[in-house]
Amino acid sequence: MADTGTISIGAESEERMRLHGEETYPYECCGALLGRDVADEGRREILEVFPLVNRREDSPRNRFSLSPRDVLAAEREAVTRGLDVLGWYHSHPDHPARPSEYDREHAWPWYSYIILSVRQGVTAEVRSWRLAEDRSQYAEEDLEVRRPEEVKR
Amino acid sequence: MSVKVMIPTPLRVHAEGKAAAEFPAKTVAEALGHLTAEFRDLKQHLFTKEGKLRSFVNVYLNGEDIRYLEQENTATKDGDTINIIPSIAGGAPVAVAPEKLTNEEILRYSRHLIMPEVGMEGQLKLKKAKVLLIGTGGLGAPLGLYLAAAGVGQLGLVDFDVVDFTNLQRQVTFGSSDVGKPKSQAARARLANLNPDIAVEAFETKLTSENALELFRDFDIIVDGTDNFPTRYLVNDACVLLGKPNVYGSIFRFEGQATIFGMPDGPCYRCLYPEPPPPGLVPSCAEGGVLGVLPGIVGSIQAMETIKLILGAGRNLKGRLLVFDALEMGFREFKLRKNPACPMCGEHRTIHELIDYYEFCGVRGEEAPAPDLQVPEITPRELKARLDKGDDLFILDVREPHEYQICNLEGHLIPLGELPRRVHELDSSREIVAHCRSGKRSAEAIDFLRKAGFRKIHNLKGGILAWSDEVDPSLPKY
Repeated sequence: MADTGTISIGAESEERMRLHGEETYPYECCGALLGRDVADEGRREILEVFPLVNRREDSPRNRFSLSPRDVLAAEREAVTRGLDVLGWYHSHPDHPARPSEYDREHAWPWYSYIILSVRQGVTAEVRSWRLAEDRSQYAEEDLEVRRPEEVKR
Repeated sequence: MSVKVMIPTPLRVHAEGKAAAEFPAKTVAEALGHLTAEFRDLKQHLFTKEGKLRSFVNVYLNGEDIRYLEQENTATKDGDTINIIPSIAGGAPVAVAPEKLTNEEILRYSRHLIMPEVGMEGQLKLKKAKVLLIGTGGLGAPLGLYLAAAGVGQLGLVDFDVVDFTNLQRQVTFGSSDVGKPKSQAARARLANLNPDIAVEAFETKLTSENALELFRDFDIIVDGTDNFPTRYLVNDACVLLGKPNVYGSIFRFEGQATIFGMPDGPCYRCLYPEPPPPGLVPSCAEGGVLGVLPGIVGSIQAMETIKLILGAGRNLKGRLLVFDALEMGFREFKLRKNPACPMCGEHRTIHELIDYYEFCGVRGEEAPAPDLQVPEITPRELKARLDKGDDLFILDVREPHEYQICNLEGHLIPLGELPRRVHELDSSREIVAHCRSGKRSAEAIDFLRKAGFRKIHNLKGGILAWSDEVDPSLPKY
């Protein structure tokens, strides 16, 4: 498994994601992760999250999807803020924060996929995952929450 | 005719970091064909194994989705731009409390549905069921396959081991190409292929007292397909503490056993075996051998019992120990009663948490090691050196005749069990080197000879396996 380096997220952004998961409970929420990937230093920093609307109206309790338009909107948002789209987050209502088979079949490498486990309306664990190069499985990334005084520029 | 293909950020790592590439092409298919030919690693992320564009990959020609044009046959011309944009999709493993079957599921399980004993109601019970398989080896193979085929909605596979070449004799979920892969992952892939409608989760982890309770909590039924005593006791205790049924199966050479422990008014494993056997007494498959199809039969019986539990059908093996003799092709049954004084499931429980099972079974470390005998040893290289020098050494082979036929060092064969009776065949004035397959039995032989007064004795360390590794690789290993 390739070494995925470290990934960190600002405390405010993490809180925003958690709230998004709680607002949409019992349905899945989703959004984009914006930030910088300093590949040479093996460091990935999520600086902002961009909440989006789950397009799956037929099965939102256990499925989410974002259209190509949503993806382009996220990319445009990233560009205006001088950032990149590093990946996506979504929630699993009343389910562990582990990627499912369905997640794996629809994933691309390089992206960080953050999953929130929202239990009975309260966000519990938040974990980040990257797809293996051969698509066979995910490797978990060590997600660090940055407190305000730790922001690296 | 040059067409520009924009490469999305996540895939640039497979395209030498490029953001775009240009190719001569008359259609979108041709352009993408050139792209994946030049950057081979891109292919699997854009196309399925069957060569179709993955459902979440959207291709645009000059801003228009090719689905609304001629799909991959859309014609391209000089200066066109192709964009590849993913849809992002995902979700939790299984529908929350599935209330109905899809049309596809109805077709898949039609052979279940037409039986009144199962029907739609039964199939939905299977869909809602969550079963955890401990072990994905000889027993786990048919278990996983049949439970997946039957439509058990959520399956968990616990195994921290890696597929070994010797497994293929009986662990039929794996293929030759899986050797070296983690078992739980390889099994998950096989089961997901058999039935993509269910959720199969692989837990590539060792089951321990620290994680068992948490792991078991998410499942309704636990199926014990393991091969060692500490884990058997661990699974049992965790099931009784959590109140979950434990569908048990075990095998040894030509005999198999199956029953269900952990039911509310039924016995548990400790009722049957309050004490574990002394370490080293009961051999593993590697030591004792097993006919490959035997776990196939016992594992299938476990799958059957699991399905019956879920459906609430028939009479299950609670309180009944089914013993299967493959050579005689006979089944016998023994009544198993709950032991009222059982420390785990009896009236006055004294065990309230998971313990150190390795200590309980008198074992330290990963597997039950043979009793530690202090015997004089000689390594294969040392033995070879001495034989080459012309030393007069007597090689004593204490294996069984059928092992001698596989490979041998032309030693004098006296199977270990016959040694006491045939010790007179040995000359105590000669230097004797005893060997077996791995060095365990021969250590016992040397210990016996020393107690019988022999002084010039050595145990071949590592046995004929080590000889094959270190001296003569042409000797087959088994």
